[in-house]
Amino acid sequence: MSRLAQGPAPERFARIRFVPFGLLAAATLVFYGCGPNTPDGESGAVTSGSAEWPSTFAIGHDATPAQIEALDIDFGPDGAGAPPGSGSVAEGKVVYDTKCVGCHGTTGQEGPNDRLVGREPSEGFPFGERRGIRRTIGNYWPYATTIFDYVTRAMPMTAPGSLTPDEVYAVAAYILFLNEIIPEDAIMNAETLPAVTMPARDRFVPDDRVGGPEVR
Amino acid sequence: MGNISRRTMLGATGGLIAGGLLKTRADALGVEEGAARLQTAQADPTKVLGAPTSVLGQRAPAEQPQRVMGRPAVTASSRTPIEQLQGIITPADLHFERHHAGVPAIDPDGYELLIHGMVDRPMRFTLDDLKRFPAESRLCFVECSGNGGAAYNPNAAPERSPSQIDGLLSTSEWTGVLLSTLLREVGVGRGASWLLAEGGDAAVMARSVPLEKALDDAMIAYGQNGEAIRPAQGYPARLLLPGWEGNAQVKWLRRLEVSDRPSMTREETSKYTDPLADGTARQFSFVMDAKSIITFPAFPNVLPERGWWEITGLAWSGRGRITRVEVSTDGGDTWASAQLQEPVLSKCATRFRHIWNWDGGVAVLMSRAIDETGYVQPDLETQMAARGAGTSYHYNSIRPWRVEVDGGVYFAQGEGA
Repeated sequence: MSRLAQGPAPERFARIRFVPFGLLAAATLVFYGCGPNTPDGESGAVTSGSAEWPSTFAIGHDATPAQIEALDIDFGPDGAGAPPGSGSVAEGKVVYDTKCVGCHGTTGQEGPNDRLVGREPSEGFPFGERRGIRRTIGNYWPYATTIFDYVTRAMPMTAPGSLTPDEVYAVAAYILFLNEIIPEDAIMNAETLPAVTMPARDRFVPDDRVGGPEVR
Repeated sequence: MGNISRRTMLGATGGLIAGGLLKTRADALGVEEGAARLQTAQADPTKVLGAPTSVLGQRAPAEQPQRVMGRPAVTASSRTPIEQLQGIITPADLHFERHHAGVPAIDPDGYELLIHGMVDRPMRFTLDDLKRFPAESRLCFVECSGNGGAAYNPNAAPERSPSQIDGLLSTSEWTGVLLSTLLREVGVGRGASWLLAEGGDAAVMARSVPLEKALDDAMIAYGQNGEAIRPAQGYPARLLLPGWEGNAQVKWLRRLEVSDRPSMTREETSKYTDPLADGTARQFSFVMDAKSIITFPAFPNVLPERGWWEITGLAWSGRGRITRVEVSTDGGDTWASAQLQEPVLSKCATRFRHIWNWDGGVAVLMSRAIDETGYVQPDLETQMAARGAGTSYHYNSIRPWRVEVDGGVYFAQGEGA
């Protein structure tokens, strides 16, 4: 969701940042003869004037708040811009048993598609050590908000984007409950879902590969 | 039907100048009839009139490469038959596929790319708008970061072809507008550091991308090998992130939100993260490490006789140019520099070649790529030691092939080196 309204007004630095790029583009156009290829001594001197990039090309259209809101569906870990609504574990079970069970099984473990539920292995985080450990929401996903974000986008598979925010909050609550992460009486909404701490939260590290001779 | 009646008509009005009639009759071939003339090879093509011009070309009947795949599925992949291709370019209809909810059918006239978030001026760009900006073309590979998973196993099955191992790799000439050009138009706000890139498919698939890459060489691509991007590659426009894992190069791009933090979508948490042996998982592992694979000789080839053969294959690195490819024909005991076929381009597949005199004995063939950062493609043992046997994605270890005395060639993970 847009964070533009939350922080301090963004300052304009794009132009400063891109002056070198514009000059580079201009130079390239000059050297590679984008203008008329006129031999020396004839009229019509080659100039670089047309190769200078303007401050704006004035191509494109302003996006209105309504147009942005229509597409701005993401729900990140900070919960910014999360849609209003809420759902309980019990409500989520109804949604799950109606719309999810066919692909994910009666307890979220049976498949045939992605396994959603399971805290095994209970010790450590041995996914890199050995092959074949099934990744679930309970044992691998670092953020609870990802459930909402993903279900809103892509689920159910045969009717993507068809669930209401209440239904998505509810089904997220049910899946988190099945994974023994929240209690049965928990309610998920724009405040409580981002506040859920996932078991694998601290397992994720930035990419440390940098090229060069060391294999990482 | 129309062709027949036209020919009948021509025959009925046959009292014309002979030469003129002949020309007219030859030109009167219909599309299907003309194409049919190419379907059967002639014993002596110099004695039979050939096929006429046509609005759309076709492959030679004997050359019908296809993508390698199982049953058609909407959440699945198909692979480029890399062992059947020459040079470095992947024909657009053989580009690998990886979809998360099928290929969407998008009306180009209704298409818009929205850029918003931490920007001075949120904007929408139609396809015509995108094409009106200064454009660029570049050759680069796109590789799924799961490519080669079948080879990440000391006991990998020997009956595997190059495409079955590494066919989630394709190379195209991409044309589009640099993303930096569009970000210059909207004005990026101070403190911005990420973008969320979102597709217009049924998964509305989304990935967070560092702003640094967006300002470096990211492109909003609408052209592929001279034509519009194919639907399976993101028509009408996709994000292109040269050298980075394919999943982040969001197809059917509909929205870019400038932000100061990643969104932690499913595809950058549950998927496309690389668990390591130390109990962590590497996240945002975008860059594809240097890699190579011999595509000939390889399974299922059978060398019919000893003597001179050209070993050839592809090498590529997401960090820049390939500077050297070394080939071993003795299981890694000795290595020789292969010939690199020009062009050798940054973040692009490079064709390598190495002539080899097969003495008829068992031989284990290997290639290893070295890129401009000095990175050397590791063997499987080294990579497993660095990451763990259970890691996922970014499988770029050396691909060995064993040539048997009968000329049969088999994938030979665990051999030599």
